[in-house]
Amino acid sequence: MSSPVIAARLLTKKYKELAAVDGISFEVEPGESFGLLGPNGAGKSTTMRMVGAVSTRTSGDLDILGLDPNEHGPEIRSQLGVVPQQDNLDQELRVRDNLIVYGRYFGMSLADCGRKADELLEFAQLSDRKKSKVDDLSGGMKRRLTIARSLMNDPRILLLDEPTTGLDPQARHILWDRLFRLKEQGTTLVLTTHYMDEAEQLCDRLVVVDKGAIMAEGSPAQLIRAYSTREVAEVRFGSERNAEVALLIEGIGERLEVLPDRILIYSDDGDAVLAEIARRGLHPITSLVRRSSLEDVFLRLTGRSLIE
Amino acid sequence: MSTESRIDAFSVRDRALAGGIKPRKYGSWYVAEHRIRGMRAYLQTLVVTSIGNPFVYLFALGVGLAALVDKNLGPGAVNGVGYLAFVAPALLATAAVTVAAEESTYPIMMGFKWNPIFFGMNAAPITGNQIVNGMFIAVIARIVPTCVVYYLVILLFGAVPSPLGAFDILVATLTGLAVGLVISSYTSRIEEDKGQMAMIMRFGITPMFLFSGTFFPLAQLPIYLQGIGWISPLWHGTELGRVLSYGAVEPFWLTVLHVLYLLALCIYGWKATQRIVTRRLNK
Repeated sequence: MSSPVIAARLLTKKYKELAAVDGISFEVEPGESFGLLGPNGAGKSTTMRMVGAVSTRTSGDLDILGLDPNEHGPEIRSQLGVVPQQDNLDQELRVRDNLIVYGRYFGMSLADCGRKADELLEFAQLSDRKKSKVDDLSGGMKRRLTIARSLMNDPRILLLDEPTTGLDPQARHILWDRLFRLKEQGTTLVLTTHYMDEAEQLCDRLVVVDKGAIMAEGSPAQLIRAYSTREVAEVRFGSERNAEVALLIEGIGERLEVLPDRILIYSDDGDAVLAEIARRGLHPITSLVRRSSLEDVFLRLTGRSLIE
Repeated sequence: MSTESRIDAFSVRDRALAGGIKPRKYGSWYVAEHRIRGMRAYLQTLVVTSIGNPFVYLFALGVGLAALVDKNLGPGAVNGVGYLAFVAPALLATAAVTVAAEESTYPIMMGFKWNPIFFGMNAAPITGNQIVNGMFIAVIARIVPTCVVYYLVILLFGAVPSPLGAFDILVATLTGLAVGLVISSYTSRIEEDKGQMAMIMRFGITPMFLFSGTFFPLAQLPIYLQGIGWISPLWHGTELGRVLSYGAVEPFWLTVLHVLYLLALCIYGWKATQRIVTRRLNK
């Protein structure tokens, strides 16, 4: 096995007294797709900026491609592709020019920039918009352009901070497809997300982050096995009654989670749970059985949901 | 660690080290290139204003005001020369200052805020210092042609007695940079636009334009207003320009002081802006 492309040990970032990232440790192997899953404000973006060699850590060790970002920021960044949470395309330039000026930052020749830009516009399904103004693109197109831009330098590591936040479902699926292709080509992906379905789709391995610390680590399947049951029964009795009914269904399944709008009952057999509830003479307004997801893992680990 | 993995680790590291060479060396120029490409979007406006402006000013002051002043005060009316020759170096420096002020207000603040391209550059191998350098290389690239055109129009109006007057282009550029860099050391700090840009223009640039010995010698003003002139880079640039364009008489030490003052402002503004931009990028 080759050495990790990113190694963080007790990585910490403090703003005055507040620790945005509080001593987290992780490694990312080449070709791996690694995710940081957590709610807003968990410290994911700060971690990404440190890994992106633009934010200086307060303490701990950080090694990216065998180099320390404090010493070798530009060298490390020459090998990264970055898709920030907020698009920072140049609105004064047209679509294709955005890629060209960006390629120049890596010291690519104008000819190489032009060739690569055309290739990536194709990849991002934006070839017909290359002369458009950035402002005229839809949100999904801007994201795809940002991803295309991040690939100008053939990065070893692609950092994606909340890549699909704010996109409609169709745009998200197009984006996931593009990212999946990159993954297949062996690009190392590091992404943050607060969408569990995104983490499940794209990540080989992930860490669950909350309040600047790592709560758990593993593949999506491992995490679900370790922290949840195979299935979940969701029942709703109306927001007035949920808490009261919860007392009556105590003991069914392995674990209960009472949320304001519904009750989650964790069990390997969800249908059996629903049958038992009915046997006790309780009739939920709605009920469903689904497979456990990372959302459940997060709920279990933190007592809170991902999207609040 | 196996031999193979050691080789792999080395090659990854080496590739990164090699990848940093060009950006470290030429990063400032890449930023300038980007900015100039951005200016192309409003190139027409730039060309029209840089040609139109000097004509407007020289017609108004040269044909209008100068005729009046010279008629009343005789030839050699002001400072030993005709009014137009007196005012021309000031107009040239003002043109440079105007361009520099434009380029160091909104474009600097925008780079962090409404069109946050600085963060994009910094995510690539470009450093904060290089961003500042590049932005100002682009400012120079705008000032110099503006001044060359202006100077040619001044020549056309016959307002430059000395051949040394061509150096006024350099002086004006230096003056513009001094103003622009000092302004950007302020605008690079701005997080919220609460009308600060308009304030800079209204209470900085405009009074400087009026009270820097531009239209009349500074000595005409009461002594307590002359202070504005002494701290004004525009006054220093204008006076230096007058020495070159028509041999205005002043003590040698004062001429040296003009140069040193403008250079000092440039260096202060440049270093301060670099420090602020670097700090703001490193969140």
